[in-house]
Amino acid sequence: MPISILMPALSPTMTEGNLVAWHKQEGDTISPGEVIAEIETDKATMEVEAVDEGKLGKILISAGTEGVAVNTTIGVILEDGETLEDVKEDSEVPKPEASKPILPNKLEALSEEDSVQNILEDTGTSSVEILADMTIIPNQTDRVFSSPLARRMAEQAGIDIGTVKGSGPNGRIIKDDIDSILKKGMPNHDGILAKQLSSEMTVSNEVVGPVYEANLNTPMRKVIARRLTESKQTAPHFYMVADCEIDTLLETRSQLNEKIENGKISVNDLIIRASALALKLVPMANASWTEEETRVYKNVDISVAVAIDGGLITPIVKDAGNKGLKAISEEMKDLAERAKSGKLMPEEYQGGTFSISNLGMYGVKEFSAVINPPQGAILAVGMGEKRPVVKDNALSIATIMTCTLSVDHRVVDGAVGAQFLSAFKKLIEDPLRMLL
Amino acid sequence: MVKLMMNSKYDLIVLGGGPGGYVAAIRAAQLGMKVVVVEREHIGGVCLNWGCIPTKALLRSSEVHHILKNLDDFGFHAKEVTFDIKKVVKRSRNIAKQLSNGVEHLLKKNKVDLLNGEGKLVAKTNKLRSVEVKTADGDLVNLIGENVILATGARARSLPNILPDGKGIWTYKQAMVPETLPKSIVIIGSGAIGVEFASFYNDMGVDVTIVEVMDRILPVEDPEISDFAQKSYIKQGIKIKTSSKVVTVKTESLGLNVSVETNGRIENLKVEKAILAVGIIGNTDGLGLEGTNVEVNQGHIVVDQWCQTNEPGVFAIGDVVGAPWLAHKASHEGVLCVERIAGVQGVHPLDVNNIPGCTYSRPQIASVGMTQTQAKTAGYETKIGKFPFVGNGKAIALGEIEGFVKTIFDKKTGELLGAHMIGAEVTEMIQGYTIARTLETTEAELLNTVFPHPTLSEMMHESVLDAYDRALHI
Repeated sequence: MPISILMPALSPTMTEGNLVAWHKQEGDTISPGEVIAEIETDKATMEVEAVDEGKLGKILISAGTEGVAVNTTIGVILEDGETLEDVKEDSEVPKPEASKPILPNKLEALSEEDSVQNILEDTGTSSVEILADMTIIPNQTDRVFSSPLARRMAEQAGIDIGTVKGSGPNGRIIKDDIDSILKKGMPNHDGILAKQLSSEMTVSNEVVGPVYEANLNTPMRKVIARRLTESKQTAPHFYMVADCEIDTLLETRSQLNEKIENGKISVNDLIIRASALALKLVPMANASWTEEETRVYKNVDISVAVAIDGGLITPIVKDAGNKGLKAISEEMKDLAERAKSGKLMPEEYQGGTFSISNLGMYGVKEFSAVINPPQGAILAVGMGEKRPVVKDNALSIATIMTCTLSVDHRVVDGAVGAQFLSAFKKLIEDPLRMLL
Repeated sequence: MVKLMMNSKYDLIVLGGGPGGYVAAIRAAQLGMKVVVVEREHIGGVCLNWGCIPTKALLRSSEVHHILKNLDDFGFHAKEVTFDIKKVVKRSRNIAKQLSNGVEHLLKKNKVDLLNGEGKLVAKTNKLRSVEVKTADGDLVNLIGENVILATGARARSLPNILPDGKGIWTYKQAMVPETLPKSIVIIGSGAIGVEFASFYNDMGVDVTIVEVMDRILPVEDPEISDFAQKSYIKQGIKIKTSSKVVTVKTESLGLNVSVETNGRIENLKVEKAILAVGIIGNTDGLGLEGTNVEVNQGHIVVDQWCQTNEPGVFAIGDVVGAPWLAHKASHEGVLCVERIAGVQGVHPLDVNNIPGCTYSRPQIASVGMTQTQAKTAGYETKIGKFPFVGNGKAIALGEIEGFVKTIFDKKTGELLGAHMIGAEVTEMIQGYTIARTLETTEAELLNTVFPHPTLSEMMHESVLDAYDRALHI
């Protein structure tokens, strides 16, 4: 019985994605485990592997299609002896588990020379009909779970229920959610407002303005824009700066690296370890704000910003507080490599309790980072450089690395931030403590 | 009694084994916690031993008596129906005992330790709580635990001028176990407890007078319900004095002399017994709260929406926290408090408007959500529906034509703001509206629901239909 290839959900929250590429042509033989297509979500590119054996009978969603809803049938696999006729005559939704129906084979098995188009013409089946047959699967993910009261209140207020975040059981949208939107004073006539804005923009684009190249925003850019705007607008940021002397750290690092056969410990690995240990000492800095509660995390999961093509991503070194330098180093190397090739799994970059952004390698002296919500703090690390310092009332030279901590004042107060930064500085300047 | 491991560390210590405490303990055990319950008297608490359950047993007897007195209506004839109040009380006590044993078994099954005694908070060391228990045998046992839930319940509130003595002036506790049936009783207070005893004693043939300080009986219910209940009780022979205050209760040789003041006029009632039912007060004494940040306000422990007191690691649930003083509220708080402690995802605070209230007098009363007055005060424009028992086939067949079902909707959104019922078996029906409220249904879903025929529940449908001018059978 023909098997539908469904648009996979790469994370529980994913509702749609872009079909980037097909790795198989119609008619190609497919074995389990083979990569058949590539899917792009907001942050990662994922490969879709075949579970079943057969031939790729028909591609229903072409490469480059954006916004494909999860569970949409994107293609059909034909098993031995099956033809597209089977797809046509089977009015039910194809189910992989179902036994093969005994159907008259009006056509011979799909040979490599046969194009799908020929078969379609022969049998009088149009691709539109196949599409209609294939897409009758009820799309579960499109259902918005909401209470009847919430739906009616949303309708009355002109709120699109699909855009509301639910706080009820299993994320169900309830009266409270609509009430809180109404309290924030959302305009009721969104549609009208949007229309006016867009017509104004069209005019201005036609009349004046510099010439530009239009790069459509990728899902990743949209996510970065949304999350960081949210962060700067809702989290009251404040900043504290510490200069860390890293001569001992650099010395310790080269001694360590002499003893390691494979791979090297980087300064960044030491910063991850020091941050994790400092957070264990000052757990209040490892926290998030929500309207109801302040969440103080039991684990230290460090998100490390990695620049990738078209944006950045923050893979997570999970439970970094309980991992040694070697483990952190190996994990970070693997995560960074896979981040650059877009092969991270969603759980590898979603979550995290604290972030580090290191621009030292670009020669940045110091900078302030935007907090990665819903986290409560981010550490921005500049380059290590030789600077004059005063020691024992005399001028001397030391390698200094300036670190700037951005904190969300709703969860982390100045004193707590300072305690963290001071613990961090102590660990960085006396790195043997980190090996304890 | 479960054998107790001395000096062992518990994840949770629960003080009080009532419907709040024992439910919290079982839920905690389900979540893998090591739990001990400290109970000073009876496992199951007041609810099971001196409240909800034994009174329901008594009220069943009085209901049977009421039916027997009206056998003629059903085509029967019996000569000289008599009863033995001792047997009536014994039945009630046996039922309480049976259920108490059942709860003890449940705790054992869930590996919850049970310690008979009175516990108090003594100290905090390294984030661990110490509870000192004076056991029933007089020993002192020290329990160590991460968290403590205070579920010590409440006791009858007394008035400064009327102190229950257990002889002439009773609280619920003596009223539940009369050795002989008094000729006459005055009941001070007309909340659920007051009117349930009024119904019981009246149906058993006692001359009953209710004295209520407010201008209507059952003051927390919808005014129309109060009004209907009052007329019904009076028809049954209960005397009711509203806007009235008991000034003094004097014990005399032949019983009590109760002077009642109504609008400045004093009246002396000669009765055999008086029952004090003017509300309850939290059991906060002797819990060792003075050494902690736990705040007590007007006899009740102050907690947040998660039942957390001002003292870390100390929680409080049920009657000791305050109104509504209902067993099911205590149990629900017990569960949400424990789940919160355990870090279970998706725990929601209790919405007071979704707690149903039930009174088991004859007729029964049940309600959930806002009264008409509350809805008006809150600024709602309402749509109100009503349907009488007399219009319902099943009610007529049962011979229970007294009562009505009232529903209150928000005109704008169709939210079911409140539902109020009086009549036979309404306590069994209120869950329907409670589910509707919890799911946030609007009138549309209720209108579209198929109710089975013939049932009393059809009135619930008709009441909603009536709110939207669509009632079919009226």
